[in-house]
Amino acid sequence: MNTPARILAVWRRNFLVWRKLAVASLLGNFGDPFLYLLGLGYGLGLYIGKMGGIPYMAFLASGILCSSAMNTATFEGLYSAFTRMNQQYTWEGMMATPLGLPDIVAGEILWAATKSLISCTAILIVAMLLGGVQTPETAWLALPVVFLSGLCFAAIALVVCALAPGYDFFIYYFTLLVTPMFLFCGVFYPLAALPHAAQMIAQVLPLTHAVALMRPLLTTLPLTHVGLHLAVLAAYAAAGYVLAVRLASRRLLR
Amino acid sequence: MSDAVVSARGVQKRFGEREVVCGVDFDIRPGICFGILGPNGAGKTTLIRMLLGMSPVSGGVYTLFGRPAGDREIRARVGVVPQMDNLDPDFSVRENLVVYARYFGIAPREAAPRAEELLAFAELSQRGDSPVSSLSGGMKRRLMIARSLINDPDLVVLDEPTTGLDPQARHLIWQRLRDLKRRGKTLVLTTHYMEEAEQLCDELMVLEHGRILARGSPRELMRAHVEPEVVELRGGLSDAGVEELCRNLELRREHVADTWFCYAEDARPLVSRCAGVPGLIFVHRPTNLEDVFLRLTGRELRD
Repeated sequence: MNTPARILAVWRRNFLVWRKLAVASLLGNFGDPFLYLLGLGYGLGLYIGKMGGIPYMAFLASGILCSSAMNTATFEGLYSAFTRMNQQYTWEGMMATPLGLPDIVAGEILWAATKSLISCTAILIVAMLLGGVQTPETAWLALPVVFLSGLCFAAIALVVCALAPGYDFFIYYFTLLVTPMFLFCGVFYPLAALPHAAQMIAQVLPLTHAVALMRPLLTTLPLTHVGLHLAVLAAYAAAGYVLAVRLASRRLLR
Repeated sequence: MSDAVVSARGVQKRFGEREVVCGVDFDIRPGICFGILGPNGAGKTTLIRMLLGMSPVSGGVYTLFGRPAGDREIRARVGVVPQMDNLDPDFSVRENLVVYARYFGIAPREAAPRAEELLAFAELSQRGDSPVSSLSGGMKRRLMIARSLINDPDLVVLDEPTTGLDPQARHLIWQRLRDLKRRGKTLVLTTHYMEEAEQLCDELMVLEHGRILARGSPRELMRAHVEPEVVELRGGLSDAGVEELCRNLELRREHVADTWFCYAEDARPLVSRCAGVPGLIFVHRPTNLEDVFLRLTGRELRD
Protein backbone atom coordinates (compact mmCIF):
# COMPACT_ATOMS: atom_id res chain seq x y z
CA MET A 1 0.00 0.00 0.00
CA ASN A 2 1.52 3.34 -0.99
CA THR A 3 1.27 6.55 0.99
CA PRO A 4 -1.56 8.18 -1.03
CA ALA A 5 -3.64 4.99 -0.69
CA ARG A 6 -3.12 4.96 3.08
CA ILE A 7 -4.06 8.64 3.43
CA LEU A 8 -7.06 8.14 1.19
CA ALA A 9 -8.28 5.21 3.32
CA VAL A 10 -8.51 7.58 6.30
CA TRP A 11 -10.16 10.28 4.21
CA ARG A 12 -12.63 7.78 2.83
CA ARG A 13 -13.67 6.58 6.28
CA ASN A 14 -14.63 10.12 7.26
CA PHE A 15 -16.31 10.73 3.93
CA LEU A 16 -18.50 7.62 4.35
CA VAL A 17 -19.63 8.80 7.77
CA TRP A 18 -20.31 12.29 6.44
CA ARG A 19 -22.35 10.88 3.57
CA LYS A 20 -24.78 9.36 6.04
CA LEU A 21 -25.61 12.77 7.46
CA ALA A 22 -24.69 14.93 4.49
CA VAL A 23 -27.86 17.02 4.31
CA ALA A 24 -27.88 17.96 7.99
CA SER A 25 -24.16 18.61 7.88
CA LEU A 26 -24.40 20.85 4.82
CA LEU A 27 -27.27 22.84 6.29
CA GLY A 28 -25.28 23.36 9.47
CA ASN A 29 -22.18 24.40 7.55
CA PHE A 30 -23.76 26.99 5.41
CA GLY A 31 -26.64 28.20 7.58
CA ASP A 32 -24.40 30.47 9.62
CA PRO A 33 -22.53 32.11 6.73
CA PHE A 34 -25.81 32.55 4.90
CA LEU A 35 -27.22 34.48 7.85
CA TYR A 36 -24.11 36.65 8.01
CA LEU A 37 -24.38 37.46 4.34
CA LEU A 38 -28.04 38.24 4.62
CA GLY A 39 -27.94 40.09 7.94
CA LEU A 40 -24.71 42.02 7.55
CA GLY A 41 -24.33 42.09 3.80
CA TYR A 42 -27.83 43.36 3.16
CA GLY A 43 -28.66 45.01 6.48
CA LEU A 44 -25.39 46.72 7.28
CA GLY A 45 -24.61 47.07 3.57
CA LEU A 46 -27.54 49.43 3.21
CA TYR A 47 -25.91 51.92 5.59
CA ILE A 48 -22.32 51.36 4.58
CA GLY A 49 -22.79 51.31 0.85
CA LYS A 50 -19.24 50.73 -0.33
CA MET A 51 -16.20 49.46 1.53
CA GLY A 52 -12.68 49.41 0.14
CA GLY A 53 -14.09 50.69 -3.11
CA ILE A 54 -16.57 47.84 -3.70
CA PRO A 55 -20.19 47.17 -2.57
CA TYR A 56 -20.24 45.88 1.02
CA MET A 57 -21.99 42.65 0.03
CA ALA A 58 -19.09 41.81 -2.31
CA PHE A 59 -16.54 42.84 0.30
CA LEU A 60 -18.19 40.69 2.95
CA ALA A 61 -18.90 37.64 0.77
CA SER A 62 -15.22 37.03 0.05
CA GLY A 63 -14.39 37.42 3.74
CA ILE A 64 -17.18 35.12 4.90
CA LEU A 65 -16.09 32.50 2.40
CA CYS A 66 -12.62 32.46 4.01
CA SER A 67 -13.87 32.51 7.59
CA SER A 68 -16.23 29.64 6.74
CA ALA A 69 -13.34 27.64 5.33
CA MET A 70 -11.51 28.35 8.59
CA ASN A 71 -14.45 27.43 10.82
CA THR A 72 -15.38 24.24 9.01
CA ALA A 73 -11.82 22.92 8.97
CA THR A 74 -11.26 24.02 12.55
CA PHE A 75 -14.34 22.29 13.93
CA GLU A 76 -13.53 19.12 12.03
CA GLY A 77 -9.89 19.18 13.13
CA LEU A 78 -10.74 19.88 16.74
CA TYR A 79 -13.96 18.26 17.86
CA SER A 80 -14.42 15.52 15.29
CA ALA A 81 -10.78 14.48 15.10
CA PHE A 82 -10.46 14.59 18.88
CA THR A 83 -13.49 12.33 19.21
CA ARG A 84 -11.91 9.86 16.81
CA MET A 85 -8.55 10.05 18.55
CA ASN A 86 -9.56 10.17 22.18
CA GLN A 87 -13.13 8.92 22.59
CA GLN A 88 -13.84 6.34 19.92
CA TYR A 89 -10.25 5.09 19.56
CA THR A 90 -10.71 5.10 15.79
CA TRP A 91 -7.07 6.11 15.36
CA GLU A 92 -5.94 3.29 17.59
CA GLY A 93 -7.86 0.84 15.43
CA MET A 94 -6.19 2.28 12.34
CA MET A 95 -2.76 2.03 13.94
CA ALA A 96 -3.16 -1.74 14.18
CA THR A 97 -3.20 -1.81 10.36
CA PRO A 98 -0.52 -0.66 7.89
CA LEU A 99 -1.64 2.92 8.56
CA GLY A 100 0.67 5.06 10.66
CA LEU A 101 0.10 8.34 12.47
CA PRO A 102 1.54 10.39 9.57
CA ASP A 103 -1.10 8.81 7.31
CA ILE A 104 -3.89 9.29 9.84
CA VAL A 105 -3.08 12.95 10.52
CA ALA A 106 -2.72 13.64 6.79
CA GLY A 107 -6.04 11.91 6.10
CA GLU A 108 -7.77 13.96 8.80
CA ILE A 109 -6.35 17.23 7.43
CA LEU A 110 -7.29 16.30 3.90
CA TRP A 111 -10.80 15.42 4.99
CA ALA A 112 -11.27 18.64 6.99
CA ALA A 113 -10.14 20.63 3.93
CA THR A 114 -12.58 18.66 1.80
CA LYS A 115 -15.36 19.62 4.18
CA SER A 116 -14.35 23.27 3.83
CA LEU A 117 -14.50 22.84 0.09
CA ILE A 118 -17.95 21.26 0.20
CA SER A 119 -19.54 23.87 2.44
CA CYS A 120 -17.80 26.82 0.77
CA THR A 121 -18.99 25.68 -2.63
CA ALA A 122 -22.54 25.97 -1.33
CA ILE A 123 -21.79 29.37 0.20
CA LEU A 124 -20.21 30.60 -3.02
CA ILE A 125 -23.38 29.75 -4.90
CA VAL A 126 -25.47 31.63 -2.34
CA ALA A 127 -23.07 34.59 -2.49
CA MET A 128 -23.48 34.69 -6.27
CA LEU A 129 -27.27 34.66 -5.92
CA LEU A 130 -27.12 37.47 -3.36
CA GLY A 131 -24.93 39.59 -5.60
CA GLY A 132 -21.75 39.10 -3.60
CA VAL A 133 -19.65 38.07 -6.60
CA GLN A 134 -18.61 40.79 -9.03
CA THR A 135 -16.40 38.68 -11.29
CA PRO A 136 -18.05 35.31 -11.95
CA GLU A 137 -15.38 34.47 -14.55
CA THR A 138 -12.65 34.15 -11.87
CA ALA A 139 -14.92 33.00 -9.05
CA TRP A 140 -14.14 29.33 -9.57
CA LEU A 141 -10.57 30.10 -8.47
CA ALA A 142 -12.05 30.68 -5.02
CA LEU A 143 -12.33 26.91 -4.60
CA PRO A 144 -8.61 26.06 -4.67
CA VAL A 145 -8.05 28.95 -2.26
CA VAL A 146 -10.74 27.53 0.01
CA PHE A 147 -9.10 24.11 -0.16
CA LEU A 148 -5.64 25.43 0.65
CA SER A 149 -7.09 27.48 3.51
CA GLY A 150 -8.86 24.35 4.71
CA LEU A 151 -5.56 22.45 4.75
CA CYS A 152 -3.91 25.29 6.62
CA PHE A 153 -6.56 25.67 9.35
CA ALA A 154 -7.07 21.91 9.67
CA ALA A 155 -3.35 21.38 10.22
CA ILE A 156 -3.29 24.01 12.97
CA ALA A 157 -6.44 22.50 14.49
CA LEU A 158 -4.81 19.07 14.58
CA VAL A 159 -1.89 20.51 16.51
CA VAL A 160 -4.36 21.81 19.10
CA CYS A 161 -6.23 18.50 19.01
CA ALA A 162 -3.04 16.54 19.69
CA LEU A 163 -2.28 18.80 22.66
CA ALA A 164 -5.76 18.98 24.15
CA PRO A 165 -6.46 17.23 27.46
CA GLY A 166 -10.19 17.50 26.73
CA TYR A 167 -12.87 19.33 24.76
CA ASP A 168 -12.81 22.33 27.11
CA PHE A 169 -9.29 23.13 25.96
CA PHE A 170 -10.60 24.14 22.54
CA ILE A 171 -12.25 27.25 24.01
CA TYR A 172 -8.77 28.74 24.51
CA TYR A 173 -7.94 28.21 20.88
CA PHE A 174 -11.16 29.86 19.78
CA THR A 175 -10.81 32.81 22.13
CA LEU A 176 -7.11 33.35 21.50
CA LEU A 177 -6.92 32.71 17.77
CA VAL A 178 -10.05 31.83 15.84
CA THR A 179 -12.26 34.66 17.05
CA PRO A 180 -9.52 37.32 16.77
CA MET A 181 -8.81 36.15 13.22
CA PHE A 182 -12.51 36.30 12.42
CA LEU A 183 -12.68 39.90 13.66
CA PHE A 184 -9.29 41.37 12.75
CA CYS A 185 -8.09 39.74 9.55
CA GLY A 186 -10.09 41.67 7.03
CA VAL A 187 -13.30 39.68 6.88
CA PHE A 188 -15.59 42.59 7.82
CA TYR A 189 -13.46 45.67 7.04
CA PRO A 190 -10.08 46.41 5.44
CA LEU A 191 -6.94 45.81 7.50
CA ALA A 192 -6.00 49.44 6.93
CA ALA A 193 -8.66 50.42 9.47
CA LEU A 194 -6.55 48.85 12.23
CA PRO A 195 -3.72 50.60 14.14
CA HIS A 196 -0.32 49.87 12.64
CA ALA A 197 0.73 47.39 15.38
CA ALA A 198 -2.47 45.43 14.96
CA GLN A 199 -1.92 45.31 11.21
CA MET A 200 1.53 43.82 11.78
CA ILE A 201 0.05 41.12 13.98
CA ALA A 202 -2.69 40.45 11.47
CA GLN A 203 -0.04 39.97 8.77
CA VAL A 204 1.30 36.83 10.48
CA LEU A 205 -2.15 35.27 10.83
CA PRO A 206 -3.19 32.92 8.04
CA LEU A 207 -6.74 34.18 7.65
CA THR A 208 -5.39 37.57 6.53
CA HIS A 209 -3.67 35.91 3.61
CA ALA A 210 -6.66 33.77 2.72
CA VAL A 211 -8.85 36.88 2.55
CA ALA A 212 -6.22 38.83 0.61
CA LEU A 213 -6.13 36.08 -2.00
CA MET A 214 -9.86 35.51 -2.12
CA ARG A 215 -11.24 39.03 -2.34
CA PRO A 216 -9.66 39.99 -5.70
CA LEU A 217 -10.90 36.71 -7.19
CA LEU A 218 -14.53 37.60 -6.47
CA THR A 219 -14.38 41.36 -6.90
CA THR A 220 -12.83 44.01 -9.11
CA LEU A 221 -10.03 44.70 -6.62
CA PRO A 222 -6.50 44.01 -7.94
CA LEU A 223 -4.74 40.77 -7.02
CA THR A 224 -1.31 41.33 -5.47
CA HIS A 225 1.37 39.33 -3.64
CA VAL A 226 -0.12 36.03 -4.77
CA GLY A 227 3.09 34.11 -4.06
CA LEU A 228 3.38 35.50 -0.55
CA HIS A 229 -0.21 34.65 0.37
CA LEU A 230 0.03 31.15 -1.05
CA ALA A 231 3.35 30.60 0.68
CA VAL A 232 2.04 31.69 4.09
CA LEU A 233 -0.98 29.37 3.84
CA ALA A 234 1.14 26.48 2.60
CA ALA A 235 3.75 27.07 5.30
CA TYR A 236 1.14 26.98 8.05
CA ALA A 237 -0.28 23.79 6.56
CA ALA A 238 3.11 22.08 6.32
CA ALA A 239 4.39 23.21 9.71
CA GLY A 240 1.07 22.32 11.34
CA TYR A 241 1.16 18.86 9.80
CA VAL A 242 4.71 18.12 10.95
CA LEU A 243 4.03 19.40 14.46
CA ALA A 244 0.68 17.59 14.73
CA VAL A 245 2.28 14.27 13.75
CA ARG A 246 5.05 14.80 16.29
CA LEU A 247 2.65 15.74 19.10
CA ALA A 248 0.22 12.94 18.29
CA SER A 249 3.09 10.44 18.30
CA ARG A 250 4.25 11.67 21.67
CA ARG A 251 0.72 11.37 22.98
CA LEU A 252 -0.27 8.00 21.50
CA LEU A 253 2.96 6.02 21.02
CA ARG A 254 4.07 5.66 24.61
CA MET B 1 15.12 -19.47 16.03
CA SER B 2 14.75 -18.31 12.47
CA ASP B 3 11.23 -19.64 11.88
CA ALA B 4 9.78 -17.98 14.99
CA VAL B 5 6.82 -15.70 14.36
CA VAL B 6 7.84 -13.49 17.25
CA SER B 7 11.28 -13.32 18.75
CA ALA B 8 12.34 -11.26 21.75
CA ARG B 9 15.93 -10.85 22.93
CA GLY B 10 16.55 -8.68 25.95
CA VAL B 11 13.44 -6.63 25.23
CA GLN B 12 13.08 -3.71 27.59
CA LYS B 13 10.57 -0.96 28.19
CA ARG B 14 11.19 2.00 30.44
CA PHE B 15 8.84 4.84 31.28
CA GLY B 16 11.29 7.39 32.66
CA GLU B 17 12.96 5.69 35.60
CA ARG B 18 10.39 2.94 35.84
CA GLU B 19 11.26 -0.27 34.02
CA VAL B 20 8.08 -2.16 33.13
CA VAL B 21 9.62 -4.83 30.89
CA CYS B 22 13.04 -5.88 32.11
CA GLY B 23 14.93 -7.56 29.30
CA VAL B 24 12.81 -10.58 28.36
CA ASP B 25 13.73 -13.36 25.93
CA PHE B 26 11.19 -15.60 24.24
CA ASP B 27 10.19 -17.06 20.89
CA ILE B 28 6.75 -17.83 19.56
CA ARG B 29 6.62 -20.73 17.12
CA PRO B 30 4.19 -20.66 14.22
CA GLY B 31 0.82 -22.36 14.60
CA ILE B 32 0.61 -22.35 18.37
CA CYS B 33 -1.45 -20.43 20.87
CA PHE B 34 0.98 -18.58 23.10
CA GLY B 35 -0.35 -17.24 26.39
CA ILE B 36 1.12 -14.35 28.34
CA LEU B 37 -0.06 -14.54 31.92
CA GLY B 38 0.55 -12.22 34.77
CA PRO B 39 -1.14 -10.07 37.37
CA ASN B 40 -2.29 -6.54 36.52
CA GLY B 41 0.70 -4.35 35.81
CA ALA B 42 3.03 -7.25 34.97
CA GLY B 43 3.84 -5.80 31.53
CA LYS B 44 1.61 -7.99 29.34
CA THR B 45 -0.08 -5.19 27.43
CA THR B 46 3.18 -3.28 27.06
CA LEU B 47 4.81 -6.34 25.45
CA ILE B 48 1.94 -6.48 22.98
CA ARG B 49 1.89 -2.76 22.26
CA MET B 50 5.62 -2.83 21.53
CA LEU B 51 5.15 -5.78 19.21
CA LEU B 52 2.57 -3.82 17.21
CA GLY B 53 4.62 -0.65 17.07
CA MET B 54 2.25 1.26 19.34
CA SER B 55 4.95 1.72 21.92
CA PRO B 56 8.65 2.19 21.13
CA VAL B 57 10.99 -0.54 22.39
CA SER B 58 13.48 0.88 24.92
CA GLY B 59 16.08 -1.82 24.43
CA GLY B 60 16.76 -5.26 23.00
CA VAL B 61 15.72 -6.87 19.75
CA TYR B 62 12.04 -7.57 19.17
CA THR B 63 11.06 -9.03 15.83
CA LEU B 64 7.84 -10.01 14.12
CA PHE B 65 8.15 -12.30 11.08
CA GLY B 66 11.84 -11.49 11.12
CA ARG B 67 11.26 -7.72 10.84
CA PRO B 68 11.62 -5.17 13.63
CA ALA B 69 8.47 -4.97 15.74
CA GLY B 70 6.34 -2.04 14.64
CA ASP B 71 7.29 -2.30 10.97
CA ARG B 72 4.26 -0.92 9.23
CA GLU B 73 4.09 -3.30 6.29
CA ILE B 74 4.36 -6.34 8.54
CA ARG B 75 1.15 -5.31 10.27
CA ALA B 76 -0.70 -6.47 7.15
CA ARG B 77 0.02 -10.02 8.36
CA VAL B 78 -1.29 -9.41 11.86
CA GLY B 79 -4.78 -9.19 13.33
CA VAL B 80 -5.28 -7.32 16.58
CA VAL B 81 -7.99 -7.57 19.22
CA PRO B 82 -7.15 -4.91 21.83
CA GLN B 83 -8.31 -4.96 25.41
CA MET B 84 -10.78 -2.14 24.83
CA ASP B 85 -13.23 -2.27 21.96
CA ASN B 86 -12.42 0.28 19.31
CA LEU B 87 -15.15 -0.58 16.86
CA ASP B 88 -16.29 2.33 14.74
CA PRO B 89 -19.57 3.54 16.26
CA ASP B 90 -20.38 5.56 13.14
CA PHE B 91 -20.81 2.38 11.08
CA SER B 92 -22.99 -0.71 11.09
CA VAL B 93 -21.59 -4.12 11.97
CA ARG B 94 -20.96 -5.02 8.32
CA GLU B 95 -19.55 -1.60 7.44
CA ASN B 96 -17.09 -1.95 10.29
CA LEU B 97 -15.53 -4.90 8.49
CA VAL B 98 -15.55 -3.39 5.01
CA VAL B 99 -14.21 -0.01 6.10
CA TYR B 100 -11.48 -1.68 8.16
CA ALA B 101 -10.49 -3.79 5.16
CA ARG B 102 -9.74 -0.56 3.30
CA TYR B 103 -7.06 0.27 5.88
CA PHE B 104 -5.25 -2.81 4.56
CA GLY B 105 -5.77 -1.74 0.98
CA ILE B 106 -8.49 -4.35 0.42
CA ALA B 107 -11.10 -3.02 -2.00
CA PRO B 108 -14.79 -3.25 -1.05
CA ARG B 109 -15.42 -5.72 -3.87
CA GLU B 110 -13.03 -8.15 -2.28
CA ALA B 111 -13.91 -7.23 1.29
CA ALA B 112 -17.67 -7.69 1.00
CA PRO B 113 -17.75 -11.49 0.56
CA ARG B 114 -15.02 -11.88 3.18
CA ALA B 115 -17.07 -9.77 5.59
CA GLU B 116 -20.07 -12.09 5.10
CA GLU B 117 -17.91 -15.12 5.88
CA LEU B 118 -16.55 -13.48 8.98
CA LEU B 119 -20.01 -12.42 10.15
CA ALA B 120 -21.05 -16.06 9.89
CA PHE B 121 -17.89 -17.12 11.73
CA ALA B 122 -18.70 -14.67 14.52
CA GLU B 123 -22.40 -15.68 14.52
CA LEU B 124 -23.39 -12.14 13.65
CA SER B 125 -24.94 -12.72 10.22
CA GLN B 126 -28.34 -11.59 11.50
CA ARG B 127 -26.87 -8.37 12.86
CA GLY B 128 -24.96 -7.15 9.81
CA ASP B 129 -27.01 -3.97 9.47
CA SER B 130 -27.29 -3.20 13.18
CA PRO B 131 -25.45 -0.25 14.64
CA VAL B 132 -22.48 -1.30 16.74
CA SER B 133 -24.01 0.39 19.79
CA SER B 134 -26.87 -2.14 19.81
CA LEU B 135 -24.53 -5.13 20.28
CA SER B 136 -23.99 -6.90 23.60
CA GLY B 137 -20.51 -7.12 25.08
CA GLY B 138 -20.05 -10.64 23.76
CA MET B 139 -21.17 -9.65 20.26
CA LYS B 140 -18.81 -6.70 20.22
CA ARG B 141 -15.92 -8.95 21.15
CA ARG B 142 -16.88 -11.39 18.40
CA LEU B 143 -17.05 -8.53 15.94
CA MET B 144 -13.61 -7.38 17.10
CA ILE B 145 -12.29 -10.88 16.44
CA ALA B 146 -14.00 -10.96 13.04
CA ARG B 147 -12.50 -7.57 12.23
CA SER B 148 -9.04 -8.76 13.22
CA LEU B 149 -9.37 -11.50 10.58
CA ILE B 150 -10.41 -9.26 7.67
CA ASN B 151 -6.84 -9.21 6.30
CA ASP B 152 -6.50 -13.00 6.66
CA PRO B 153 -3.59 -12.58 9.08
CA ASP B 154 -1.00 -15.22 9.95
CA LEU B 155 -0.81 -14.00 13.52
CA VAL B 156 -3.70 -12.87 15.72
CA VAL B 157 -2.89 -10.94 18.88
CA LEU B 158 -5.60 -10.84 21.54
CA ASP B 159 -5.28 -8.74 24.67
CA GLU B 160 -7.59 -10.17 27.33
CA PRO B 161 -10.19 -11.33 24.80
CA THR B 162 -12.83 -12.46 27.28
CA THR B 163 -12.48 -10.03 30.16
CA GLY B 164 -15.91 -8.93 31.35
CA LEU B 165 -17.90 -11.52 29.38
CA ASP B 166 -20.43 -13.99 30.74
CA PRO B 167 -19.60 -17.73 30.63
CA GLN B 168 -21.66 -18.46 27.51
CA ALA B 169 -20.03 -15.65 25.57
CA ARG B 170 -16.62 -16.74 26.80
CA HIS B 171 -17.10 -20.36 25.70
CA LEU B 172 -18.22 -19.28 22.25
CA ILE B 173 -15.09 -17.15 21.87
CA TRP B 174 -12.87 -20.00 23.06
CA GLN B 175 -14.44 -22.25 20.47
CA ARG B 176 -13.75 -19.69 17.75
CA LEU B 177 -10.16 -19.26 18.85
CA ARG B 178 -9.66 -23.03 18.67
CA ASP B 179 -11.08 -22.90 15.13
CA LEU B 180 -8.48 -20.31 14.24
CA LYS B 181 -5.72 -22.48 15.59
CA ARG B 182 -6.98 -25.37 13.51
CA ARG B 183 -6.74 -23.13 10.46
CA GLY B 184 -3.06 -22.71 11.20
CA LYS B 185 -3.09 -19.21 12.64
CA THR B 186 -0.62 -18.35 15.35
CA LEU B 187 -2.35 -16.84 18.36
CA VAL B 188 -0.87 -14.69 21.08
CA LEU B 189 -3.15 -13.94 23.95
CA THR B 190 -2.85 -12.26 27.29
CA THR B 191 -5.21 -13.24 30.04
CA HIS B 192 -5.54 -13.50 33.75
CA TYR B 193 -8.09 -16.25 33.52
CA MET B 194 -6.22 -19.45 34.22
CA GLU B 195 -9.04 -21.53 32.82
CA GLU B 196 -8.72 -19.67 29.54
CA ALA B 197 -4.99 -20.27 29.42
CA GLU B 198 -5.46 -23.94 30.24
CA GLN B 199 -8.15 -24.36 27.59
CA LEU B 200 -6.41 -22.58 24.75
CA CYS B 201 -2.69 -22.23 25.18
CA ASP B 202 0.01 -24.62 23.99
CA GLU B 203 2.70 -22.55 25.61
CA LEU B 204 2.59 -20.10 28.44
CA MET B 205 4.80 -17.46 29.89
CA VAL B 206 4.12 -16.08 33.36
CA LEU B 207 5.22 -12.48 33.80
CA GLU B 208 5.60 -10.46 36.93
CA HIS B 209 7.06 -6.97 37.30
CA GLY B 210 8.29 -7.21 33.71
CA ARG B 211 10.21 -10.45 34.21
CA ILE B 212 9.46 -13.98 33.08
CA LEU B 213 8.80 -16.14 36.12
CA ALA B 214 8.12 -19.40 34.31
CA ARG B 215 7.28 -20.82 30.91
CA GLY B 216 6.17 -24.06 29.35
CA SER B 217 2.99 -25.88 28.46
CA PRO B 218 0.19 -25.76 31.04
CA ARG B 219 1.01 -29.37 31.96
CA GLU B 220 4.72 -28.68 32.29
CA LEU B 221 4.07 -25.70 34.49
CA MET B 222 1.81 -27.68 36.76
CA ARG B 223 4.30 -30.50 37.00
CA ALA B 224 7.17 -28.17 37.73
CA HIS B 225 5.54 -25.87 40.25
CA VAL B 226 2.76 -27.61 42.15
CA GLU B 227 1.90 -31.02 43.55
CA PRO B 228 -0.81 -32.95 41.69
CA GLU B 229 -3.49 -32.63 44.38
CA VAL B 230 -4.77 -30.05 46.78
CA VAL B 231 -7.21 -30.04 49.68
CA GLU B 232 -8.83 -26.73 50.55
CA LEU B 233 -9.91 -26.40 54.17
CA ARG B 234 -12.42 -23.89 55.40
CA GLY B 235 -14.62 -23.45 58.43
CA GLY B 236 -13.18 -22.01 61.60
CA LEU B 237 -10.06 -24.16 62.05
CA SER B 238 -7.45 -22.77 64.42
CA ASP B 239 -3.80 -22.87 63.40
CA ALA B 240 -3.29 -25.54 66.01
CA GLY B 241 -6.24 -27.49 64.62
CA VAL B 242 -4.71 -27.50 61.15
CA GLU B 243 -1.35 -28.47 62.59
CA GLU B 244 -3.00 -31.39 64.35
CA LEU B 245 -4.89 -32.44 61.23
CA CYS B 246 -1.79 -32.47 59.07
CA ARG B 247 0.59 -34.05 61.57
CA ASN B 248 3.06 -36.49 59.99
CA LEU B 249 1.68 -35.99 56.46
CA GLU B 250 3.79 -34.94 53.45
CA LEU B 251 2.12 -31.61 52.73
CA ARG B 252 2.86 -28.10 51.65
CA ARG B 253 0.49 -25.66 53.29
CA GLU B 254 -0.58 -22.17 52.36
CA HIS B 255 -2.99 -19.91 54.18
CA VAL B 256 -5.06 -17.37 52.24
CA ALA B 257 -7.83 -15.37 53.90
CA ASP B 258 -10.03 -18.00 55.60
CA THR B 259 -8.79 -20.95 53.55
CA TRP B 260 -5.91 -23.38 53.96
CA PHE B 261 -4.50 -24.97 50.81
CA CYS B 262 -2.75 -28.29 51.49
CA TYR B 263 -0.77 -29.53 48.48
CA ALA B 264 0.29 -33.16 48.28
CA GLU B 265 1.43 -35.91 45.92
CA ASP B 266 -1.35 -38.01 47.40
CA ALA B 267 -3.94 -36.23 49.50
CA ARG B 268 -6.06 -39.26 50.43
CA PRO B 269 -4.73 -39.64 54.01
CA LEU B 270 -5.62 -36.02 54.72
CA VAL B 271 -9.03 -36.42 53.13
CA SER B 272 -9.90 -39.37 55.33
CA ARG B 273 -8.84 -37.41 58.42
CA CYS B 274 -10.91 -34.42 57.32
CA ALA B 275 -13.99 -36.61 56.98
CA GLY B 276 -13.86 -37.21 60.74
CA VAL B 277 -13.86 -33.53 61.72
CA PRO B 278 -17.39 -32.21 62.33
CA GLY B 279 -18.18 -28.83 60.75
CA LEU B 280 -15.07 -28.76 58.56
CA ILE B 281 -15.64 -27.82 54.93
CA PHE B 282 -13.06 -29.34 52.64
CA VAL B 283 -12.58 -29.70 48.90
CA HIS B 284 -10.26 -32.24 47.35
CA ARG B 285 -9.30 -31.50 43.74
CA PRO B 286 -6.48 -31.85 41.25
CA THR B 287 -4.27 -28.80 41.10
CA ASN B 288 -4.69 -26.44 38.17
CA LEU B 289 -2.97 -23.51 36.56
CA GLU B 290 -4.46 -21.16 39.11
CA ASP B 291 -2.47 -22.91 41.82
CA VAL B 292 0.67 -22.46 39.71
CA PHE B 293 -0.13 -18.82 39.13
CA LEU B 294 -0.79 -18.11 42.78
CA ARG B 295 2.33 -19.96 43.83
CA LEU B 296 4.49 -18.03 41.37
CA THR B 297 3.05 -14.58 41.78
CA GLY B 298 2.05 -14.71 45.45
CA ARG B 299 -1.35 -14.41 46.97
CA GLU B 300 -1.51 -10.83 48.09
CA LEU B 301 -4.04 -8.56 46.45
CA ARG B 302 -2.81 -6.30 43.64
CA ASP B 303 -4.28 -3.07 42.51
